[in-house]
Amino acid sequence: MAEKRTKVKKNIYFRVGLGITLFFVVLMFVGLIYTPYDPNAMNSSEKFLAPCLSHPMGTDNFGRDIFSRVLKGISMTGLVAVSTVAIGGTIGTIIGALTGFYGGIVDEIVMRINDTLNGFPSILLALVIVSILGPGKYNVILALGILFIPSFARIVRSEYINYKNRDFVKSARLMGAGSLRIIFLHIFPNILPTLLVTITIGFNNAVLAEAGLSYLGIGIQPPDASLGSMLSDAQSYLFSAPWYAVMPGMTIVLFVLGFSLLSEGICSK
Amino acid sequence: MLEIDNLTVEFGTKKVLDGVSLTAEKGKVLGIVGESGSGKTMTALAVMGLLSPDARVAEGSSIQLDGKELIGLPEKKLAAIRGNDIAMIFQEPMTSLNPTMRIGRQLEEALRLHGQKIPSKSWLREKVMEALKEACLPEPEKQYDRYPHELSGGMRQRVMIAMGTICRPDYLLCDEPTTALDVTTEKGILELINRIRTEHNMGIIFITHDLKLLRGFADKVAVMCKGKVVEQGSVEQIFNAPVEEYTRRLIASIPDRQHRRNVKAAGAEK
Ligand SMILES: Nc1ncnc2c1ncn2[C@@H]1O[C@H](COP(=O)(O)OP(=O)(O)O)[C@@H](O)[C@H]1O
Ligand SMILES: [Mg+2]
Repeated sequence: MAEKRTKVKKNIYFRVGLGITLFFVVLMFVGLIYTPYDPNAMNSSEKFLAPCLSHPMGTDNFGRDIFSRVLKGISMTGLVAVSTVAIGGTIGTIIGALTGFYGGIVDEIVMRINDTLNGFPSILLALVIVSILGPGKYNVILALGILFIPSFARIVRSEYINYKNRDFVKSARLMGAGSLRIIFLHIFPNILPTLLVTITIGFNNAVLAEAGLSYLGIGIQPPDASLGSMLSDAQSYLFSAPWYAVMPGMTIVLFVLGFSLLSEGICSK
Repeated sequence: MLEIDNLTVEFGTKKVLDGVSLTAEKGKVLGIVGESGSGKTMTALAVMGLLSPDARVAEGSSIQLDGKELIGLPEKKLAAIRGNDIAMIFQEPMTSLNPTMRIGRQLEEALRLHGQKIPSKSWLREKVMEALKEACLPEPEKQYDRYPHELSGGMRQRVMIAMGTICRPDYLLCDEPTTALDVTTEKGILELINRIRTEHNMGIIFITHDLKLLRGFADKVAVMCKGKVVEQGSVEQIFNAPVEEYTRRLIASIPDRQHRRNVKAAGAEK
């Protein structure tokens, strides 16, 4: 009975998470093609307007429409997150699948490198990589993408270690299936649920990491808007124009909440 | 003939198989019996070339299939042999089918992998249907599109048998195929294996910890204990005049095992 109740509750997590995430996906595309105002157009006569009908989220220190900038920011942050997870997820999954399945000395070496990378706080590593490559959105994507490889590799590897000795894999091998066929056709579909959870958590972390890097001023560069860079700009006006910080801040919170609920919901499915 | 001679397998310094010699013939049933941990599965895996990499097959061991030595054969050649000449059915019908593949798809995969010429898709489906029917799977059309978790344990084991025999191997290794099943289902599976054996003149190696199952089924029985074959002979010999104390104990333990099974089956009938 109690078990059933938590199941229903988890299902609600899944639905709400999916709802929020889909909403943000829509906003991402909207932000790419349409914003009510030009997000970079300055207007000195409309500085620091509080939220009102014509500017639902108010305006900033340059008189730019915050709602338009938040929309653009969602697109930018979303783009960074998707690319980052795509890079880290693909490379990490391939590394994890091969090392987990084959094992041996290569596995040992790769995993030690992995552990070492995992040992550093990831934001610190991102800082190092970005300061070498220079700031800008492509370098942020590259840095975060590299950073995400180890976590994917570790999780996928343990799944492959778990599955490679299952009877159905032995059975496939008995029938003469080659290793690559077993890795991709027979085992891979089995790890999809785990991979899905890892991907949602990855999005979550990518959004936070992008916001963090941009907040520190080494992420997305002006005039491009990102949720993190807006927060960074807003901090000097926290008391005079609190909506400037609150709007992008709340957006990040909601964005991340969506992914968290979603992964929680998938986990329990 | 499948001849295992002096097979010794070690993990480091631990001998899990110690000079095992067995012979299986086409059309006959060789029963291997022994308590758990006695090396029955290890013997089967060695024959299939599926030992884990840290296992070492000792010098002087030999496994010959119709006079052809299997030990030391390169993976490629081994793969061709085990698909077409020897098949294996595992103990746990829950884990021996891929949970993410439909039943029909898994059997098709078996046909594809065996390197048969596949004239058309409908031919594939027909062949699979034939195999499912031969294994007496109820409503084969329906099961074709189902996933393993939608089938009962007995049905899954029938699918495994269909999969193992779809390419008509000469030998079928069955590693405790009925241990996870209740008594009535077990009977059906044994009958099925026996029928396929007579119809296709297949050699069966039937592994079990339950000596009673082999009565009226096996032609020959080998008793294993701690990695060694301690006694070998016809079923009558083993039952009526067991030489080894260990074999006597195996026979004696039958009633209470039967009892435990019935209790379990009553609770988990499906
Ligand atoms: N990887 C391993 N390393 C060391 N010993 C092992 C390993 N795998 C199995 N064994 C040992 O091999 C013996 C035989 O096991 P097994 O063939 O599975 O027994 P059975 O199938 O008769 O129950 C057991 O005693 C087991 O502890
Ligand atoms: Mg066993």
